[in-house]
Amino acid sequence: MTALELETTPTTTIDARGSFCPGPLMELIRAIREGAVGDTLAVISSDNGSKTDIPAWVEKAGHRLVGVFPHEGYDEIVVEKLK
Amino acid sequence: MQKVLVLGGGVGGTLVANLISRKIKKQIDAGQATVTVVDERGEHVYQPGFMYIAMGNEDPRSLRKPERRLLDDRVELVIDEVTGIDEASQNVSLAGGDTLEYDYLVLATGSRILPETIDNFEQEAHHFYSEKAAQRLRKALDAFTGGKVVVGIASMPYKCPPAPLEVALLIEAELRERGLRDKSEVHFCSPIARAFTIESVSEMVTPELEKKDIELHTFFNVEAIDAERKVVMSLEGEELEYDLLVLVPPHKGAQVLMDSGLAPAPGGWLPTDHKTLNVGERPNVWALGDATNLPLSKAGSTAHFEAPVVAERVAALVQERKPHAKDSIYTGKVMCFFEVGDGKGTLLRFDYENPPKPPKPSRLWHVGKIFFNKTYYQIVPKGRGGSIEKRL
Repeated sequence: MTALELETTPTTTIDARGSFCPGPLMELIRAIREGAVGDTLAVISSDNGSKTDIPAWVEKAGHRLVGVFPHEGYDEIVVEKLK
Repeated sequence: MQKVLVLGGGVGGTLVANLISRKIKKQIDAGQATVTVVDERGEHVYQPGFMYIAMGNEDPRSLRKPERRLLDDRVELVIDEVTGIDEASQNVSLAGGDTLEYDYLVLATGSRILPETIDNFEQEAHHFYSEKAAQRLRKALDAFTGGKVVVGIASMPYKCPPAPLEVALLIEAELRERGLRDKSEVHFCSPIARAFTIESVSEMVTPELEKKDIELHTFFNVEAIDAERKVVMSLEGEELEYDLLVLVPPHKGAQVLMDSGLAPAPGGWLPTDHKTLNVGERPNVWALGDATNLPLSKAGSTAHFEAPVVAERVAALVQERKPHAKDSIYTGKVMCFFEVGDGKGTLLRFDYENPPKPPKPSRLWHVGKIFFNKTYYQIVPKGRGGSIEKRL
């Protein structure tokens, strides 16, 4: 399943491919700061560290990890802003 | 006439201009080419020395030199502020009203700090990213008699990645020397999952933090400072009380790059090719130093190793030849010292493919850093560092 097949289309998609850790996480944090509660944010990352770093950050920050969706050469990590 | 224009007189701009002028001196002497540096203040500042104003009795006057004295005689210097870059017309407009044309443009515009973007930052937090701020931090440390010290990073990216960790370790060592350690707590806040972006460096420094009882708070992205309660709050919901707060301020690229459409908002970092250092698809525009969006340290060392690549590429175009293969590809090389306190340090040397393998902290690398700081003006801006780099 990809984020596009989820019930809701992501409010924002951040294409962070080519960016290295912690770039994708920092891009997500910026989007979370700018977004509204209830927004769904999809981060597309080719950095292997993102699939562990981003879920760990989401848990600490109290948001919801919708899922980590692997693709050829990148991962799509979808997060819902809860607060 | 072929015009090479370099914006910025920091490490990258100064060194690249000198290297280009050396390579194309025949064309310059024959009146076929010019190399011009535009710098707002006309004064070169060795920024890594700021930390030592706060932590090592560095004299701020020794960190500044007139830019003109560092540039080769063949390089022209224009002291003015760049207010616009017009790519279609290939010219740059200046605050003084002049317009400078270019055939080849090198962007070495660095990064700038924006403490004012966080409420209460300027009143409550200290930093060491300017001469004035470093002096203020030194005064605050002198007046400190014990309590909670919080060192953190407001947001990424920022200049000189090891610096906040170094400052936490140096403050801890100073408190011990002054007999204040028992009355103090030292906290270090990292915006990411570990102490430092590069895993091998985190693995080296985390035991140092533990050994020195410096409490590490990961995923701490500074959201606000409550001046009344003396509390710094993270986006992740953590709160830390402080008596002395030291925070790396938020950084951005030059505003003129965003205004001219060369770098995207909000960060203003130039999209730069990892190997050629060209900006986007532009064959006649390059970036180096802090101004790029490369996944590397924003540090003078990065600019130092990028400059020969840009110089070779510019010179090849001026001389209508192919660039030498070996000298015209940037491998991501960076090399910097890392203070761990108690007169010890280590060395971080890495590139795109090879992460650093920091040697065990020792007095050697601390002395190496001090030696480098003291000899910077003799070796780096004029491009005389080759033999030293080979020995390290």
